[in-house]
Amino acid sequence: MVELVVFVVAGAACLAGALGVITSENPVHAALSLVGTLFGIAVLFVAQEANFLAAVQVIVYAGAIVVLFLFVIMLLGVDRSDDLRVEPLVGQRVAAAVVSLGVLALIVGALASTGYEVTGVVGQVDEDVPDIERLGRSLFTDYLFAFEITSVLLVIAVVGAVLLARRARQPEIVEPDEAERSAELAERMAAAAARAAGGDGHGAAAGAERVPAGQAAGRGGEAAGGRPAAEEPSS
Amino acid sequence: MIAAVQVTPAWYLILASVLFAIGTFGLLVRRNPLVMFMCVELMLNAVTLTFVTFSRMLRDTGGQSTVVFVLVVAAAEVVVGLAIIVALLRKRPHATADDAALLEG
Repeated sequence: MVELVVFVVAGAACLAGALGVITSENPVHAALSLVGTLFGIAVLFVAQEANFLAAVQVIVYAGAIVVLFLFVIMLLGVDRSDDLRVEPLVGQRVAAAVVSLGVLALIVGALASTGYEVTGVVGQVDEDVPDIERLGRSLFTDYLFAFEITSVLLVIAVVGAVLLARRARQPEIVEPDEAERSAELAERMAAAAARAAGGDGHGAAAGAERVPAGQAAGRGGEAAGGRPAAEEPSS
Repeated sequence: MIAAVQVTPAWYLILASVLFAIGTFGLLVRRNPLVMFMCVELMLNAVTLTFVTFSRMLRDTGGQSTVVFVLVVAAAEVVVGLAIIVALLRKRPHATADDAALLEG
């Protein structure tokens, strides 16, 4: 009785979320519907005595993967709604419906042909041992090599993601003390402007300092001595 | 009468196959690459539900171990796939799946 209620509620959440994903015009709504499906599946995991997997499902899927989706949607600003009323390819939806119903019929037919029973060796599960302990023993004995390989997979995925999502860099060379130097330059230019506005006799010296930022780094000393009058405003 | 109805594992399997079919339909119909990706997640989740159900039917922990690996692979797939989508959408905002050829070269 309890399992029936749990199954119906969680299954309805799953199906509603799944339909929400494929019918939402806005990607943000689709991502939030996906959370509904993931929670429903987590509840179904609990109903089937897979408590640890239910927790992992919520943490990894709802907590990490959907948040990653939302980050991408928000950061790229692609949360514009799609117009689902127009069908870009004529007959695409009908063909897709035929294919997906065919897949469904194939799976259900294959299940029905077995009478919904499994064949094969029925394992011996010790009911007293909690599922997390059984899972841990299984992962670190039978599946140890696969478990190690997944770490390599994750490292490769991280490196690949960094490489793919990186912006192509413009060749800009930043001098190590660029910030310091430009701050000093700005200060000197401000002082020079103040002096020029005062109209005193040191205009020539002030004008020498008024060099564009790009040149100042290279030839600050030369400009101070060499060409004072050329850039002198009429003061 | 309702109390007499037992939830058999077959129910879970049929629910999972319906979810898988919905995911397939969405993947084929939607054109936004992000939503297509969510449909792939839907299909993966349907399969993990099947694995857990079989694990319970066979009274074997192997199915649950497989779900752990599916989770890891899904995480890796999401990371790489979203990086590709970021690279694509940066080139052209509002790109659809047809524009993936932009990334060529």
